[in-house]
Amino acid sequence: MFTPKRAILAASLLLASTAGVSRAETPHLGKPIDEAAIANWDISILPDGTGLPKGSGTPAQGAPIFAEKCAACHGDNGKGGAAAALVDDRQINGISASQKTIKNFWPYATTIFDFVRRAMPFQMPHSLTDDEVYALTAYILAENKLIGANDAMNAETLPKVKMPNRDNFIIRFPDRI
Amino acid sequence: MARSKSTSQDRDMRGQALEAVAGNGLIDRRALLGRGMVFAGAMSAGVGPAAAGAEPLADDPWSLEIGDPMSPYQVPSKFEAKVKRTLSNPNNEPRNSHARTPHHLLEGTTTPNGLHFTINHGGVPNIDPDKHRLVIHGLVKQPLEFTLETLSRYPLTSRVSFLECGGNSAPLFSPEPMQETVQAIHGLVSCAEWTGVKLSTLLEETGIDPKAKWLIAEGADSPHLSRSVPVKKALDDAMIALYQNGERLMPGNGYPMRLLLPGYEGNMNVKFLRRIKLVEQPQLSMYEARTYSQILPNGKAYRFYFLQEVKSFITYPSHGMALKGPGLYEISGLAYSGTGRIEKVMVSADGGQSWAQAALQEPVLSKAFTRFRMPWRWDGGPATLQSRAWDEGGNVQPTRTEFVAARGELTKPPPILGFPNQHYNSITSWGVGSGGEVKHVYA
Repeated sequence: MFTPKRAILAASLLLASTAGVSRAETPHLGKPIDEAAIANWDISILPDGTGLPKGSGTPAQGAPIFAEKCAACHGDNGKGGAAAALVDDRQINGISASQKTIKNFWPYATTIFDFVRRAMPFQMPHSLTDDEVYALTAYILAENKLIGANDAMNAETLPKVKMPNRDNFIIRFPDRI
Repeated sequence: MARSKSTSQDRDMRGQALEAVAGNGLIDRRALLGRGMVFAGAMSAGVGPAAAGAEPLADDPWSLEIGDPMSPYQVPSKFEAKVKRTLSNPNNEPRNSHARTPHHLLEGTTTPNGLHFTINHGGVPNIDPDKHRLVIHGLVKQPLEFTLETLSRYPLTSRVSFLECGGNSAPLFSPEPMQETVQAIHGLVSCAEWTGVKLSTLLEETGIDPKAKWLIAEGADSPHLSRSVPVKKALDDAMIALYQNGERLMPGNGYPMRLLLPGYEGNMNVKFLRRIKLVEQPQLSMYEARTYSQILPNGKAYRFYFLQEVKSFITYPSHGMALKGPGLYEISGLAYSGTGRIEKVMVSADGGQSWAQAALQEPVLSKAFTRFRMPWRWDGGPATLQSRAWDEGGNVQPTRTEFVAARGELTKPPPILGFPNQHYNSITSWGVGSGGEVKHVYA
């Protein structure tokens, strides 16, 4: 499992890093790649909006896309079907996770954009255009009355949407961060 | 209790008395150590050494003919067909799929690869290892791309580590006992030896911008599953795992490479790993913002639970089994902790009124399954079996009363395949009836 050779290597790595030597004795087989080449994979959106692409969409633009590509699983107008309801006014009462909804639980609207773009539609993930994802995000937020019916979502507006449950979280083990 | 007293029957093969150490038949664990024959003899209770009139032994058919040809990759005996995972979504409908480990049919501490628990959120991807890439970028000095072939040339390291879904054991948030097997209740935890490249080695090559506090790990599966991980953990004991119990990762466990974060919630151990991005702030992906944030009784919710805390459960005997008559039995179970080694496991046969220390099978490894065993003389009366683990950091598995006080419970039993809450690590109790039947109980 752990050969003397590797023990020596591990020890030399430790020495190298503690001595502040930048190049340890590792194979250096990673191929340099620039961010432009990674762009199509780089789909992470942070809560402050970092990573949001160009583009825009309104609830009205999202409604027909939702009916075509989402309603089969999430129900008409997102009221729920084989997959979870996306538009729901229920309150949380007790500890059951089944009560979590976008409106009563999700802390950041950016998460909707991030998840829809990377994982939806279930059978055709990462197939929507950025404008479509903005439009669907706007539609879901508007149906939940979290934004106005005519509010466009884009890289500027989406991070500013105030989600009701945002300040209701406790970091479980702060010393591990 | 009177029936816990050692009797003349409780003697090992050297004639030494087996000392009762707790109520309802628990016997000193030292009876086990180095004395494997004690139970081999004693288990077949009632069969004395002079079994006159026994049928003469004859050769069975398999002893009289040549056997089957070997297979290039062998699978268990056909007589072991019942030893399999249970599937939550066998037809691959468009939702999550879970396969649970049959702990009640296994022993030791290594989960065979074919029986390791698996959860996938969009089917099992069919990844060509020659085309798979791992990219590390973001707040680094030099973004780098690695192939499976190049990673295989790095210094490899092996460690045994359990992996547990944050939602394992969630049915026990039920206000009433769940009449389900240990597989249904605790089947989303497994343990394997993982071999791979330390993530810190690769991060040393990319260089880390001091502003980076988190990394986002992302898979090549259809949901492009992503989780935020503190750089602190990445530099501690994180690994890019390439092998599982000596062979390449199973497809359902992340082939051809996965992130391994020993002791941390399974979902963070991102499978099919294709991208690591170093960032200043966590992503709050759907899995951390919603799924793996736990609602608390006061209406608030935990975020970034990360740890799979100290826990144990008895696998034998357990729900659904039937003891075949009074006599000596060996209680057996699993203990593990996301913060280190198991220090001790206590076992009770009387619902927690009295406890005795179980024997721990060596080696006891950090953040790995530890098998505990406890000799028990069942007198045929009702018994409530429990185990409780401590880790080397002094963390102790909470009683159910303590756990419910802190984390709450549901108002009605949940569906057995549901995940009504997460990070349940309280005591599991199995009730043995006077007929020998074993059921889940609360005690």
